[in-house]
Amino acid sequence: MLSIKNLHARIEEKEILRGINLEIKPGEVHAIMGPNGSGKSTLASVLAGREDYEVTEGSVEFLGKDLLEMEADFRAREGLFLAFQYPIEIPGVSTTNFMKTAVNQIREHHGEKALDAVSFLKLMKEKMKLVEIDQALLSRSLNEGFSGGEKKRNEIFQMAMLEPKLAILDETDSGLDIDALKVVAHGVNTLKNKDNATIVVTHYQRLLDYIVPDFVHVLYNGRIVKSGTKELALELEARGYDWIKEEADATA
Amino acid sequence: MEKIAGQSILNSLETQFEAFEKGLNGQSQSAAHAVRKEAFTSLMNSGFPGPKSEEYKFTNFTKAVEKNFELNAANADFGLSNTQVSGTQIQGLDAHKIVFLNGVYSSDLSDNIQVEGLKVESLAEGFKSNSALSQENFGTKAKFAEDAFVALNTAFSQHGVTIEIADKAVIEKPIVLYFIGDSSKAELSYHIRNIVVAGKFSQATIIEKFDTVGEHKSFTTSVNEISVSESAHLRFFKIENDTEQAYHISNIHASQGANSNFKVFTFSLNGAMIRNNLNVKLQAEGIETYMNGLYLLDGKTHVDNHTVADHMMPNCYSNELYKGIMDGSSKGVFNGKIFVRPDAQKTNAFQSNKNILISDRATVNTKPQLEIWADDVSCSHGCTTGQLDMDALFYLRARGIPRDKALAILLKAFANDVLETVENEAIKEYLAAIIETRLEK
Ligand SMILES: Nc1ncnc2c1ncn2[C@@H]1O[C@H](COP(=O)(O)OP(=O)(O)O)[C@@H](O)[C@H]1O
Ligand SMILES: [Mg+2]
Repeated sequence: MLSIKNLHARIEEKEILRGINLEIKPGEVHAIMGPNGSGKSTLASVLAGREDYEVTEGSVEFLGKDLLEMEADFRAREGLFLAFQYPIEIPGVSTTNFMKTAVNQIREHHGEKALDAVSFLKLMKEKMKLVEIDQALLSRSLNEGFSGGEKKRNEIFQMAMLEPKLAILDETDSGLDIDALKVVAHGVNTLKNKDNATIVVTHYQRLLDYIVPDFVHVLYNGRIVKSGTKELALELEARGYDWIKEEADATA
Repeated sequence: MEKIAGQSILNSLETQFEAFEKGLNGQSQSAAHAVRKEAFTSLMNSGFPGPKSEEYKFTNFTKAVEKNFELNAANADFGLSNTQVSGTQIQGLDAHKIVFLNGVYSSDLSDNIQVEGLKVESLAEGFKSNSALSQENFGTKAKFAEDAFVALNTAFSQHGVTIEIADKAVIEKPIVLYFIGDSSKAELSYHIRNIVVAGKFSQATIIEKFDTVGEHKSFTTSVNEISVSESAHLRFFKIENDTEQAYHISNIHASQGANSNFKVFTFSLNGAMIRNNLNVKLQAEGIETYMNGLYLLDGKTHVDNHTVADHMMPNCYSNELYKGIMDGSSKGVFNGKIFVRPDAQKTNAFQSNKNILISDRATVNTKPQLEIWADDVSCSHGCTTGQLDMDALFYLRARGIPRDKALAILLKAFANDVLETVENEAIKEYLAAIIETRLEK
């Protein structure tokens, strides 16, 4: 589904991704962990198509097509979704009013008919229930005055609405209490099937108790320095990142 | 003698004024004509604003008129079809309709208004009969000595309306003034004067809309002198969506009585060059004044909003919100003055002007000007100019929304703050549709 080969990217002369390799198949959950500043959000942004980053080397194939050739909105319509680490506020634009445009743009992209008002509302209701989010919240200006938990839940709500092939959750767990964490995890797990895949970017092992990964990768200094199964996450939890850094710095 | 600006316009106007006087047939001894003559003399002596004029610094209207107009002949006859005329009107608006063709009142196309408490008359009639309303108000709020274009308008004042709303009268339907010009044969120019007196505790909504149909250029000015009496509620809309050949100067000069509530909405959506002067005097206590404006510009359109909220007495509130979206090589100007006079303690005055430049050729000059002589006041102002929020744009695109659609969503949200303040649904829908079409182009 996703094949990243030797990906290098930089922002303003500063190289941040320094040769990433990653293969993701349908049905898989991959966790990407790593200390702060290691490049996790950068990787997510580059995949989502943020233009501030310049890819200097390498390739990314998504569902058999060259991802890096696509505009950000085209990637989303092809089935890529990014739940932002820091969802921004957009005054005057409610989730409801841009989601309708988004859903129908994606449907059109796949040759499907636009949803009418009734069907759209039905879909909304169903997905709202999944992430236990209130309609009133969705009618308000996006993220304006939302609590941290509400912002993250809104991200997962949007993911549920758009049913992506590949979802990248960038620290969706940070700032969530345990109840909110369970709701978010339940949403993600419900949406999971054999045809889609998830990348869970996280700092802590905690989320991985609820969203169980097939693979865990450690990103450090712009490279994946270690990969393993969910036991690796537990080890990181127990031992911290210093041993990883030492190992990586020794071989670098 | 120092050379005065706009001499070539003055030369043409001299001939025009003679012809205008001849056409007055016996009214040349009237009180109104004495004012006109004074205004004309003042204009001839002082000329038009030159390039160094502080008030017209960013909007050289004098040069624009000199360059684009001859002003040496009477307007050609009006020859537009009924369809062309109705095409300029707000569909679906239930209103009392007054229509002017090439600046002359049309009794055929205007409603014969029979509403208790509402008296709408052609100004020309008022002048002819020396009506008290026209005599008491003409030239009292809009001072010709202060602005050459007001002097021009005053000198040629003949057409327009007087609107008198009786004490306690609640006029349900808006009163809409359509000024439709035919520039298909030649350049077009005319000047309109309206006098509005809203009685105590009365309520009304007035809309003014100028449109030109035709290939040639038009130069029009309008001056509204408005009294909002004690406890009256008045709404005034200025809707500007004329052609790229239309040059227009709008003046709204109002004074408010105690506990009155006055809201002015200025929507500038298209034109060649537009200057809006909005000047409100808060002359008693307990007054509320709202000035809301939206300018959505493209091409070479140039729009200048000059506003004054003059707080003269204590315990009043004014709130001003102007927003601009500029594309192409359009130009926006905003100058917002707030005066708080020594007597105006406990004034609350707010002003905000926000601009988005979509193209790098578009420009805006924005300047708040607060002059406060009282000490116990609460005033705030803020001007921002920027590009669109790129993070917001990326967010929407990351949800699959194409760039141009995402842009339209964000700009509509930006404009909505102003649009949402419009209470009348038909007017709001009319404007929303224009804005939507423009943003989704
Ligand atoms: N817009 C930017 N400009 C300059 N440096 C940036 C920018 N964004 C991220 N960085 C730098 O790139 C590195 C990786 O950041 P990030 O991808 O956010 O890390 P992580 O998500 O793993 O914490 C950090 O050193 C950060 O300071
Ligand atoms: Mg991060």
